[in-house]
Amino acid sequence: MTTEAPQKPTQSGGMRFTNAAANYIDERTSISGLVKEVGRKIFPDHWSFMLGEVALYSFVVILLSGTFLTFFFEPSMTEVHYEGSYVPLKGIEMSAAYASSLDITFDIRGGLLMRQVHHWAALLFIASIGLHMLRIFFTGAFRKPRELNWFIGFVLFILAMAEGFTGYSLPDDLLSGNGLRIIDGMVKAIPVAGTWVSYLLFGGEFPGTEVVPRFFTVHILLLPAILIAALGVHLLLLVINKHTQFAGPGRTNDNVVGVPVMPVFAAKAGGFFFIVFGVIMLISATFTINPIWNYGPYDPSPVSAGTQPDWYIGFADGALRLAPPHLDWIIGGYTIPMGILLPLVVLPLFLAAVAFYPFIEAWITGDKREHHILDRPRNAPTRTAIGAAGVTFYAVLWAAASSDLIATHFKLTIEGVIHGCQALLFVGPVVAYLVTKRVCIGLMKKDREIALHGFESGRIVRLPGGEYIEVHEQLSEHERWRLTSFTDYKPLMIRPNAQGKITVNQRLRAVASKWFFEDRIAPVTKAEIEQSHGDHH
Amino acid sequence: MADDHGSTAAGTAVAKVAPASAGTAAIDDTGLVNPGEPEHRLRVTDLDPKKERLAERRVSGFFFLSIIGSILAVVFYVLFPITEEAPVESVRISTLSLGLAIALGLLGIGIGAVHWAKALMSDVELTEMRHGTRGTEATREKAAAVFTLGNKESGFTRRALVRNSLIGAVALTPIPAVVLFRDLAPAAEPNDLLRHTLWKKDVRLTRDPSGTPIKASDVTYGSAFHVIPEGLEESEHYLEEKAKAAVLVMRLRPEDLIESEEKKDWSYDGIVAYSKICTHVGCPVALYEQQTHHLLCPCHQSQFDVSDGARVIFGPASRPLPQLPIAIDSEGYLIAQSDFREPVGPSFWDREKN
Repeated sequence: MTTEAPQKPTQSGGMRFTNAAANYIDERTSISGLVKEVGRKIFPDHWSFMLGEVALYSFVVILLSGTFLTFFFEPSMTEVHYEGSYVPLKGIEMSAAYASSLDITFDIRGGLLMRQVHHWAALLFIASIGLHMLRIFFTGAFRKPRELNWFIGFVLFILAMAEGFTGYSLPDDLLSGNGLRIIDGMVKAIPVAGTWVSYLLFGGEFPGTEVVPRFFTVHILLLPAILIAALGVHLLLLVINKHTQFAGPGRTNDNVVGVPVMPVFAAKAGGFFFIVFGVIMLISATFTINPIWNYGPYDPSPVSAGTQPDWYIGFADGALRLAPPHLDWIIGGYTIPMGILLPLVVLPLFLAAVAFYPFIEAWITGDKREHHILDRPRNAPTRTAIGAAGVTFYAVLWAAASSDLIATHFKLTIEGVIHGCQALLFVGPVVAYLVTKRVCIGLMKKDREIALHGFESGRIVRLPGGEYIEVHEQLSEHERWRLTSFTDYKPLMIRPNAQGKITVNQRLRAVASKWFFEDRIAPVTKAEIEQSHGDHH
Repeated sequence: MADDHGSTAAGTAVAKVAPASAGTAAIDDTGLVNPGEPEHRLRVTDLDPKKERLAERRVSGFFFLSIIGSILAVVFYVLFPITEEAPVESVRISTLSLGLAIALGLLGIGIGAVHWAKALMSDVELTEMRHGTRGTEATREKAAAVFTLGNKESGFTRRALVRNSLIGAVALTPIPAVVLFRDLAPAAEPNDLLRHTLWKKDVRLTRDPSGTPIKASDVTYGSAFHVIPEGLEESEHYLEEKAKAAVLVMRLRPEDLIESEEKKDWSYDGIVAYSKICTHVGCPVALYEQQTHHLLCPCHQSQFDVSDGARVIFGPASRPLPQLPIAIDSEGYLIAQSDFREPVGPSFWDREKN
C-alpha cells in the first residue's frame, strides 16, 4: 500500500482525466515536486494534537460566517428609527449598526444562525487556542527549534482576543457599548497621553459616531490580514520543523512515527474540519448566544446588574475589579489612576512571561539541542508547577470577573468574594505550584517504582512458609521504555569562565537552575533494572 | 539524553558539525535500549471481509446522510420563512431547522471521512527521518557567500555614508503617518470638553428618558430618580452629552445626611444629586440600595455612600461621585445651581489642572 500509484494512464476514464489534469497543472506549476515532498509526510498521532486543528478550523468557520455577515451589516453609527420585524424595539432610535444587526437576526433567513455560528466559532477559536497553548507548554513542545513558533502562536492568541473584542463591539448594543465605555475609562487612565488616545480612538468624545466603522475596518481587514499572515508562518514552521511526538517504542529524537498525509492524515484532518464545523452549527442551531435584541441600543445611562464581558476578556475585567480602592495618585497636580494602571501593568507582565517563557527556560538549561520528543508533564516538575501557578493566577482573575454573580449564586457578600479573590490571587498560585510539583515528583517516583519492580497484578500467592505476597508483574520492554525515556537535567554548577571570573549571569543562572532541577528523580538505568530483577520474582 | 538512545547516532543531525551544547542535561548512559516499534495489530476490517464491507457501507451511509442534510436545508429554507405575524417564533424555527439540516450535511461528511480513515485506510505507522533544522554546512557557506558577494558588489559596508543615510531615511518615513492620524479626532482640545456638561444655572432636572421635569415634592424618601438635563433631547451630541450629564437624584432623611460645610447648600431638603458616571472607568452607577443609601456600580462593584458625600466605601473607584448643586425654581421644580464643580467620570492625567 505504500507503493506509488501507477503513472501510466490506465483503462478507466476517470483515471485518464485525473492524469490529464495532473499533467496540465504540473506543466504549468511544477507542483509534482511539492506533492512528492509533502504528499507522504508523516504526522504523529495523539488526541492532544487536535487542539490546534480545532483552532484552525474554527478560524475558517469564522471567516466564512463573517463574510456572510458583512453582506448585511451596516457599520455606521448614524441614528435611524428601527422599522424591522422585532416589535418591542419598533420606532426606537438607534444606530444603523444596531438596526442592521437586528435585521440580520429577524429579517434574514439564516441570519441569526450565521450570527450565532460566528460568535460560537469565535469562542471555540479562543478556547482551543488557549488549550493548544497549554498542551504545548506542559509537554515542552516550545523548546528548540520551536521557540519562535511559540511566540508567533502567542501573537495569534492576542490577535484572536483583539478580534473577539472588536467584533463584540460592532452591534452597538447596550452591553457592547458598556464594554467600550470601560475601554474608554482605561485608556483615559494612561499617564500624559490617555485623554488624547481616547479622543483619537473615538473620533472625539465618547461614544462619538466613529468607533463602530473604525472597529469594523480593524475587525474585518487589519486584524484578519495580520492573523492570516501570522497563521501562515505558524503552519509553515510546523511543516519545516515537523511535528513533535511523545516518547514511545520506536520513536526517537531523529524520526517521526505516524501516518502519512496522503491518504490517512488528509482524510482525518479534512473530516475533522467538517466535524468541527458541524458541531459549531449544531450548537448555533440550538443555543442562543449574545441575544442583542434583549439589551436594546447603547445608551450611556442604563445598565443591568450582572454585566459580564465575553469570557475570554474576563481575566482583564477581573483584574480591574480586584484593584483596591483609593489608588489615584496625584503627583505634582497630575492624576495617576493606579487602580487602573496596576492591572494595566500586571496583565502585560503576565502575558510577557507567557510569551518569553521558552527563552527563559532555554537560558536556564543552556540546552542548545533540538527537542522533538515531548515531555510528559510530570517529567518536568518545575515547569509543570509554574504552568499550574500561571493557570491559577489567570483563573482567579477570570473568576473575579463574575464576582457579583458568585456572590448572588452562593449567597456571599460581594466584599467577601472580592477579598477572597484578592487573597487567592497571591496564595493560589503558590499553593498550586507547591502541590503540582509534589504531585509530579510523586508520579515520577511511582513511574520509577513500576519500571523497576513492575505493577501489582492483583494475584495473591501463598508461599510455602505461609506468607502471602502479591505477585508483581514486570512491564514489557515497550511499556517500560515509555516510562523511562525522558530528558533529565542537573542543577548548574558555578564554574569560572575562561578569564577565571564568575559572571553575574552565571550566578543568576545557577540560582534559577537550582530552583528548577534541585528535586530531581533520575531516570531508571539498565543496571538498576537488572539489580531489581535479582531481588524480586 | 535518554531520548537519543534508540537512534543510531547520539544527538541530532546538527551534531555532525559541532555537537550542540546539552547545557545542564544529565547525559547518563542509562543503558536502556529503545525496543523499536511494537508489532502492528490488524483491525477487524483487515481480517474479516464482511466487516470491511460493513464499514464501507457505513462510510457511504454517512455521506448519504450528508446529502440528505444539505437538501433538507434548502427545503427548510423555503418551508419555514420568517413571518410578519410571529417574527420571534418563526425566526426560532427557521434557525433551528436550517442549523440542524446544515449540521447534518457537515457532520455526515466529517464522521464518514474519519470513519473511512480509521476503519478502511491503512493504519500502519510509518517512520520518517528528521533532519536538523539548521541548513547543511555547504548550504550555509553558499548563503554566506551570497551575502558577502552582495555586500561587495553594492559596497553596503564600505560606503558608510550611503548606508547610514539610507537607514536614517527609512527610519523617518513612518513619521508622516503619525501626523496623518491626527485627524482621527476633531481639532478641539479634549480636556476642555471633559470639564463641561450640559448642566448650568437654572437648568431643570428631568426624568430619563421621558424628559419631564421633577417637582421636589415628587421625590419621596427612599426613592431614586434617573435624571438628565432639560433640553438634552435637542442636543446635537445626544449620547456624548448624556454620557457626561446623567445624574441620580435621591432623597434622604435630614438626620441620615452628612454634609460638609462647603456643600451645605448643594442639596434641597434632603434631596441630593450625584453624577451617575462611575469615577472608576465610567459605567453608570445604576443600583441604589435605599436602606443603606449605597450606590453600587454593576461593572466593577465600586460602592458609594450617598449619605456621606458619595464617598467610596468599597471597590476599585478612587474618588467620590461628583455632586451636582441643586435648588428649586419658583414652580417647585428641581433645577441645577451650576455645572458640576469638577470633571465627571474616570480619572485622567490633568484632571486636577484647570
